[in-house]
Amino acid sequence: MSLLSISAMRTSIGQYAILHDITLEVPEGGVFVLLGRNGAGKTTTLRSIMGLWRPSPGSIRLRGQDITGLHTADIARKGIAYVPENMGIFGGRTVAENMVLATRKGQFDATRLKRVHSLFPALEQFWTKQAWSLSGGQKQMLSVARAIIEPRDLILIDEPTKGLAPAIVDAMAEAFREIAETTTILLVEQNFNFARSLGRDMAVIEDGRIAHAGRMDAFAADTGLQDRLLGLS
Amino acid sequence: MDKLVNTIERLGGVNLLPVALAAVAFVLIGAPSSWVTLTVAGLAMGMMIFLMASGLSLVFGLMNVLNFGHSAFVSFGAFVAASVLAGLSGWLSGDSIMLGALALFLAVAAAMLFGLVAGWFFETVIIRPVYEDHLRQILITMGALIVAEQIILAVWGGTPMSVPRPGFLEGALIIGDVAIETYRIFAFVLGLAVYIALYAVLNGTRIGLLIRAGVESREMVEALGFRIDRLFIGVFMLGSALAAMGGAMWAGYVTLISPALGGEIMIIVFIVVIIGGLGSIEGTLLGAIMVGLVGNYVGFLAPKLALASNMILMMAILMWRPSGLRPAIK
Repeated sequence: MSLLSISAMRTSIGQYAILHDITLEVPEGGVFVLLGRNGAGKTTTLRSIMGLWRPSPGSIRLRGQDITGLHTADIARKGIAYVPENMGIFGGRTVAENMVLATRKGQFDATRLKRVHSLFPALEQFWTKQAWSLSGGQKQMLSVARAIIEPRDLILIDEPTKGLAPAIVDAMAEAFREIAETTTILLVEQNFNFARSLGRDMAVIEDGRIAHAGRMDAFAADTGLQDRLLGLS
Repeated sequence: MDKLVNTIERLGGVNLLPVALAAVAFVLIGAPSSWVTLTVAGLAMGMMIFLMASGLSLVFGLMNVLNFGHSAFVSFGAFVAASVLAGLSGWLSGDSIMLGALALFLAVAAAMLFGLVAGWFFETVIIRPVYEDHLRQILITMGALIVAEQIILAVWGGTPMSVPRPGFLEGALIIGDVAIETYRIFAFVLGLAVYIALYAVLNGTRIGLLIRAGVESREMVEALGFRIDRLFIGVFMLGSALAAMGGAMWAGYVTLISPALGGEIMIIVFIVVIIGGLGSIEGTLLGAIMVGLVGNYVGFLAPKLALASNMILMMAILMWRPSGLRPAIK
């Protein structure tokens, strides 16, 4: 059974239909990459899974349990974390406060906190600093760290490399590999090289529909398909 | 220039504005006794406005709701408290400080209880259907304010109602040639106590942290697993209760209230929230004190400009800091 099953999902924002027919199976473990051109519907897919926009009709199932139409907070409590494109950092709060907000009971599990600090040492260094004062890369680290401070089944990550320096992107890729050993990641990414280095399975969204789904290594080898779906070559 | 700015920031930044304003006023007014009287009056007025505005600031910041009906809670608070005080007038006229204080406590408690219940009703019935639609929010909450005024008119009548005060809050404290009204000192101390309590809750508890985070990004707080709509009802009820408390205090301050009180207060409350910065309790306090001081100083120095003074203050601050003095979101 897939970890996440999306069936015939349609999402409209106002009078505009953004997703027309998304059907997707995300297997458990590793990184599943969602690719597509700008405006194809990748972010809308993540937001619809998270309940931030309501799909209608269609169904979303997590481990077979229907989560369609649930409140965002309830979906989060089912075990899905969300790292939005804008990182969603609380700039006026400290790094520590940002992290504690992501815990269920307001207390850290020492082992998980240690793991977060080992993955992102900068966060420990700036623990008491207000989050707005962090660099772009550090804010992204904080956003991802919040998603892993509690045990999760699935982490939705939207374009984490946008605007980051190459060295930070490499560090982020390393962190994602480690996270994916224990948690499934559904990653939306425009940087194909970054996506290819991480993804095991993938899908391409085109005009609000799944245009292709399969193994990343097969897609990476098919330059013709990449050109047709992403205009990469 | 940079050095001067850095020094000012180190000393307290915008928090120094009331001090600077008071220093300028001291020079312009000349007579120290008048300056002390006006400053204490301004601080007391500022604290009462803070009580009325703090809930609106949180509601505005947390849920992006433009609630023009907020001042209805101020009106109801004033009339409920006035009625309780009138009913217990026997306790007020006697020599017992205990009975006077108990009457005042019951009046303020009744106003706050009314604010809590009315706040729950208002949020559930009036605000909830119009989330994320500012035009409808303005129309429906303005309508609610008018309806509230008419209800007050129907229940308490159109004749201005006099508000009795406990004997121990009458009179003034005389220091040299300076006379400070006891009620003003009481209003200042009560407002300060409420501010300290609010500050402690917002900065020292998990619920406070969720509220402050929600002001920055409601969506992200929900994505972290918290039902901010449930939190919002609590904040709305608390804000309504504080507005009613402010109304009760204001009634005792002016000692004569009319059904139009809410409409008159509404503009001042919005000015305070805007110049203080949305969603910030510290900003609201700063804005309220500035409005209180400016109102009193200008009323003394240039009475014809008194009505315009708050608008001028708001325009000046917004030209300098478009997001207000201490906005919650950086």
